[in-house]
Amino acid sequence: MSWTPADPMVSLKNVHKSFGDLKVLNGVSLDVMKGDVICIIGPSGSGKSTLIRCVNALNDIQQGSILVEGQEVNDPKLDKLELRKKVGMVFQQYNLFPHKTALQNVMMAPIRVLKQDKAQAEETARGLIKKVRLEGKENAYPGELSGGQQQRVAIARSLAMRPDVILFDEVTAALDPETVGEVLQTIKDLAEDGMTCILVTHEMAFAREVADHIYFTDRGVIVEHGPPETFFQNAQDPRTKEFLSQIL
Amino acid sequence: MEFVFEWFRTLYQETGINLPFLYDEYDRNRMIDGFFTTIWLSLVCLFFSVIIGIIGAWLQGSAFKWTRRIVNGYIQLFRNTPPLVQLYFFYFAIGTLLPRVENDWGGQSPILGSFAWAAISLSFFAGAFNVEIFRSGIEAVPKSTVEAAEALGFSKLQIYRDITLPLAFRVVLPALNNNLVNLVKTTTLAYAIAVPEMLYEANQIWSDNVNVTEMMFFLLLAYFVLVGVLVGGMNRWERAMKIPGYGG
Amino acid sequence: MTYKTDLPVMLPMKRREAEPFLSLKMWYILPIALLAILGPNLVVAQSTPESQSPIAVLLNWAPLLLKGFIFNLVISVSAMALGTFVGAILGLGQISLFAPTRHSSWFVTQFFRNAPWLVLLFFAMFLLPFEINLFGFKIPFPDWFKAILGLSLPVMANVSEIVRGAVRSLPSGQWEAAESLAYTRLQTLWLIILPQCVKRMLPPWMNLYSILTMATVLASIVGVNEVMTLTGQALASEGGRPDLLAPFYGFVLLLFFIYCYPIAKFTVWLETKYAVIS
Repeated sequence: MSWTPADPMVSLKNVHKSFGDLKVLNGVSLDVMKGDVICIIGPSGSGKSTLIRCVNALNDIQQGSILVEGQEVNDPKLDKLELRKKVGMVFQQYNLFPHKTALQNVMMAPIRVLKQDKAQAEETARGLIKKVRLEGKENAYPGELSGGQQQRVAIARSLAMRPDVILFDEVTAALDPETVGEVLQTIKDLAEDGMTCILVTHEMAFAREVADHIYFTDRGVIVEHGPPETFFQNAQDPRTKEFLSQIL
Repeated sequence: MEFVFEWFRTLYQETGINLPFLYDEYDRNRMIDGFFTTIWLSLVCLFFSVIIGIIGAWLQGSAFKWTRRIVNGYIQLFRNTPPLVQLYFFYFAIGTLLPRVENDWGGQSPILGSFAWAAISLSFFAGAFNVEIFRSGIEAVPKSTVEAAEALGFSKLQIYRDITLPLAFRVVLPALNNNLVNLVKTTTLAYAIAVPEMLYEANQIWSDNVNVTEMMFFLLLAYFVLVGVLVGGMNRWERAMKIPGYGG
Repeated sequence: MTYKTDLPVMLPMKRREAEPFLSLKMWYILPIALLAILGPNLVVAQSTPESQSPIAVLLNWAPLLLKGFIFNLVISVSAMALGTFVGAILGLGQISLFAPTRHSSWFVTQFFRNAPWLVLLFFAMFLLPFEINLFGFKIPFPDWFKAILGLSLPVMANVSEIVRGAVRSLPSGQWEAAESLAYTRLQTLWLIILPQCVKRMLPPWMNLYSILTMATVLASIVGVNEVMTLTGQALASEGGRPDLLAPFYGFVLLLFFIYCYPIAKFTVWLETKYAVIS
C-alpha cells in the first residue's frame, strides 16, 4: 500500500506517550492533508509540543501509529534522516547555530545532509533569506539579530531542506510583542504558497486567520476540533469554552 | 651582533655584571638550547595532554561504570598529588623497571631518557585537567541546539563535528589556555631529572661563572616575557574566536 | 573552578561531582594504595629472602617520612598566611583609584604570576642572605625560612588576582548604592564589598592552598629537609634498591593525596553551595 497525495500527509492514530509515570498523550488521532494548515491550541502542559515533536521522532511514542507520507515513524528501523528531509521544524527558542552566520545557518544542512553543491546551496539560501525579508542580514551572526529576525532565519533554515511539511512549536512565544507580527507574516506567506504546516500556538487571532482546521487539546487528548469559524463561535465542550473565555 | 656581544663583555669588565650567555658563544648556545628544549617539551606535552583530554572526556561518557571510575580515579590522583613526585615516580620507579638497551658507546642506557619521561609525566598531569575541561565544554552545548541539528537531518557524527565541538571549543578555550600557561611553567620541574631546559642550562651557567644573581634575574625576566607573550597571544586568539553578538 | 561562558545560548560550565570515584568511598583508597605499594613486595619477598621486604623497610622509615610531611604542611601553612596577607594588600592596590598604585600593583602581580614556582624558589634561596644584621643582632635565615618566603611569592600574586577578580565580579550597583548612602570608599570596601567577596574568594583560595601544598616538595630541590628529601635519603641509605623506589614514591604520593583530595572535594562542595545562592 503506497502513499498517494490523496492520502493524509501526516496521520496520527491513537498515539500514546508518557514520560515515566506522567502520561502526556493519551490516544491522539488526527490527519493532515497536503497543503493544510492546522493549529493545535490548548492550555500549557496539555501535550501540544510533545505531539509535534513526536511527528519528526525527536520524542518516541509508546503506542499508536504516526504515518508521514505513508512512512511509519513509530518503528525502531525508521530511517530518521529520510523522515527529517520530509519534515522541517521550527523551535520556540530558534536554536540557530550561534557560531554560523545567518546565511551559513541556512546553507549548512543542504550541503551536509542533502550533499548539495555549495554554489547552488548558497543561491537557494540567499533566495530564502530574501523570502523571509532579511536581505542584507546574510552575514550577521544570530547574536546580532533580534528574536524575530532569528526566528525568520530559523524558518528559512528549515525551508532550505525543501520539506513537505513544517512543524512550528510555539514559535512566537519567546518573542518581543513588536516582532511577533513579522514572524506570523512569514508563516502566513508560507501557508499561502501551499506549504503544509502544523502549528502549536497561543496566537488565537492568527490561528483563526490562517488555519484550515483547529485542534484543541487538554490532558493528552483532543477535546474538540473543527474549522476556525465553527470552532471559535460554536465550541461545544465545556473545557473548550472555558479555555476560550480565558484567552479571548 | 658582535658589537652588542662585546658591549656586554665590557659591561662585565667594567661593572662586574656578568651575563656570559650574551658574550660567550658556548654559554649562548647553551641558553638557546635550553630555551628550545622548554618550548619543545611544552609543545610535546600540549599535544599529548590534549589527546589524553579528548580520550578521557570520551571515556567519561562511557556506559561502563568501571571505565568512568578509572578515568575519575586518574583525574583525582593526578590533580591531588605533587607533579614533582609524579615525575620521580615515572622516572625512577617505572623507568628502572623497563629493560635497558645498548647505546652507541657499547654501554647500557635506559630505553626512555629523561626528556621522554618528563614529557610522559607532564602530559598525564596536564591531561588530567584537560579531561575535566573538555567534558564540561561538551556539556555546555545546549541540548536544544543539538536537537535543531537533528531535526535538520544531521547525522550523529556531523552534529559532533559541525555543532558540538566548535561550540564546546569556544567555551573551553580560556580554561585550555590557562592550563597551557601552567604547563609551560611546570616544565621547569624537568630540571629535577636533568632535562636540559632553561632552568637547568641557567644553573649550568651559574655553576661555571658564579653569577647566580644575574642568572636569576635573567631567568625571571625570560619567563615573564615568554609567559607574557603566550598569554597575550592567547587573549588575542580568544577574542578572534569570540562569536559576534554574544558577551562583552 | 566554575568556568563561566558569556554566550547566553550556552549553559555555564559546571564541574560535575566525581561521583563514581567518591562512591568508591574514602577508605577504599587505602587498600588500593597498599596493594600498589605491596604489589612489588610480594614478588621480591620470595626471590630475596635474606633482605628485608620493601614493605618492612617502608614501615621502618614511615615515621620519619611522616615527620617530613608534617614539615611540608608547616611550610605550606606559613607560606599561605604570608602570601595571603601581602597578596590581599596587593590585590586592593590593584583596584586603587590612584593610578600609579594600581599600575605598579598590577605589574608586580603579573610578574610573579608569570614566573614558574620553582624559579621563584631558586630566586629566594640564592638571593636572600643566610642571616641579616638587625641592630647588632644576627637573625639567621635558615633554608626552610627562605623556602617559605620563596613559595609565598607566587601565592601572593595569585591571591592578589583572586581579590581583584572577586571585587570586580560584584555588580557596580553595589558601589553606587553605597556611594549614594554617603559611605566613604574605604567604608564601602570594608563594610559592603569585601564581606560579599569572601564567599567568592574562598573556593579559589582553597584551590591555591592545595596547589601550594603540592609545591612544597619543590623545596627538596633546593635542599630543605622535607618529605621528598628524606625519601631520597632513606632510599640512598638502603643502598639504592630498585624494588624500594615504587613503594617509597608511592607512599609520598599517597600522603599528599590523603591531604589534598578532601580539600579538593570540600572546594567543589563550597563552589556548588555558593553557586546556588548567587
